[in-house]
Amino acid sequence: MGEVFFNQLKCRECGRPYPKKAIHVCEYDFGPLEADYDYVKIAAHINRGVIEKRPTSMWRYRELLPIDGEPTVGLKTGFTPLVQAGNLARALGVREVYVKNDTVNHPTLSFKDRVVGVALTRAKELGFHIVACASTGNLANSVAANAAAAGLESWVLIPSDLERSKILNSLVYGANVVGIRGPYDAVNRLCSEIAGKHGWGFVNVNLRPYYAEGSKTMGFEIVEQLGWRLPQHTVVPMASGSLLTKIYKAYQELQKVGLIPEAAVQPVIHGAQATGCSPISAAVKKNSDLIRPEPKPNTIAKSLAIGTPADGYYASRAIQSTGGYAEDVSDEEIIQGIRLLAETEGIFAETAGGVTTACAKKLIETGKIPPDASVVLCITGHGLKTADAVDVVLGQPRCIAPHLKEFDSLLAGASASAAA
Amino acid sequence: MSILVSIPTPLRTLTNNLDTVETDVATIGAMIDDLEKRYPGIKDRLVDPQGNIRRFVNIYVNGEDVRFLENQETPIHAKDEVSIVPAIAGG
Repeated sequence: MGEVFFNQLKCRECGRPYPKKAIHVCEYDFGPLEADYDYVKIAAHINRGVIEKRPTSMWRYRELLPIDGEPTVGLKTGFTPLVQAGNLARALGVREVYVKNDTVNHPTLSFKDRVVGVALTRAKELGFHIVACASTGNLANSVAANAAAAGLESWVLIPSDLERSKILNSLVYGANVVGIRGPYDAVNRLCSEIAGKHGWGFVNVNLRPYYAEGSKTMGFEIVEQLGWRLPQHTVVPMASGSLLTKIYKAYQELQKVGLIPEAAVQPVIHGAQATGCSPISAAVKKNSDLIRPEPKPNTIAKSLAIGTPADGYYASRAIQSTGGYAEDVSDEEIIQGIRLLAETEGIFAETAGGVTTACAKKLIETGKIPPDASVVLCITGHGLKTADAVDVVLGQPRCIAPHLKEFDSLLAGASASAAA
Repeated sequence: MSILVSIPTPLRTLTNNLDTVETDVATIGAMIDDLEKRYPGIKDRLVDPQGNIRRFVNIYVNGEDVRFLENQETPIHAKDEVSIVPAIAGG
């Protein structure tokens, strides 16, 4: 492509410009730095036809991502299915539901492959040989896998009490996995110190301005897959609040560069959290943007257990400015949400997906999403990553000897109990 | 007796590299003005043009964010520990 559409970094608070380096905080007011693009140039360069001819990956929106050259990591990531979920819609009592199914994202089955593809492409452009992250699990999996494929050394730091399958899913790629005895927020604080001292490329610390932009591709894809149409309602799970903030930005940018017409009514965005760690939804419910940190997150949705959400303020603003709302759900409701999505649509989501589904149910029941609406659910990670959470409620399969007679009596028993 | 205020690394260029400074005023708001008198320029880094503590600056009194106390009216006393900490971005 050769052309550069990404100009610089800019403080989201005061607007001070910064060079496109591995930095993430404004020196002046400590606001987060964000990628700044030449939208006029982008608008002149791309249109629907150009994008539709490109390979089906998140990189079809490359001009709206903060890299200088061609992508080099995660080339097959993204463009996951947007599934029309009629059975789930009927179960929830709403006209139309679509599931944006990032449980099948490449290569590590969560939306984090999007952010990591961008962060590691940029890390290579900036000359890093060692990449790292603070993670609640999914990010660690993705950094480990993508770094392995890209020939980069990786260090992933996680709370030591994560699900076994998430730990295994980082170890298998040969990453250096370090469990930290403490909640995610303590891991994150330590990573800030390590990034400062060792000069590694921490995808969600000093590379965060690049990393975070990858989440926009989920929003771009939703719109393109709906036939270049904005959804009426989108329900997004919230940990740091970054994904929600970036989906909001994606919807805005598509209008800004003319890929879709300026909408008369902006799409409504709702946030979803687990009650055991719900600082953002608590603020939204109080109609506030003041986020009170949760010192002791306690939920089975460990991937969402961030007590001090870095983008909590921006997420709550995005929700409120679109007329959305935020909900939170108990562990029991999360498991019901996982089962509902699995039993109606055949999609097995991790606990965060249970949070999204269960919160959507609440939003519909309370009328925040009206019955005649069309809703997109952002389902962000695969159920096998948090199998422990449902293992306890699913029970065991019935076992018999390999004889037809035994099977027939099992079947008779099953119909008898169904009739009763 | 005075109150110790810890200063984060990025602001130490303003405090002659001191990581801790002392104050003996009665509230957080007065502390900010007191620091400004001795270390000109520091107030603008802590407080926005509307006079509110900047969104990504946290000021803690004994570990509690003053936003959840009485903001700039929060009283401070001898032996209180006051710390100024930039928000950590991540996650």
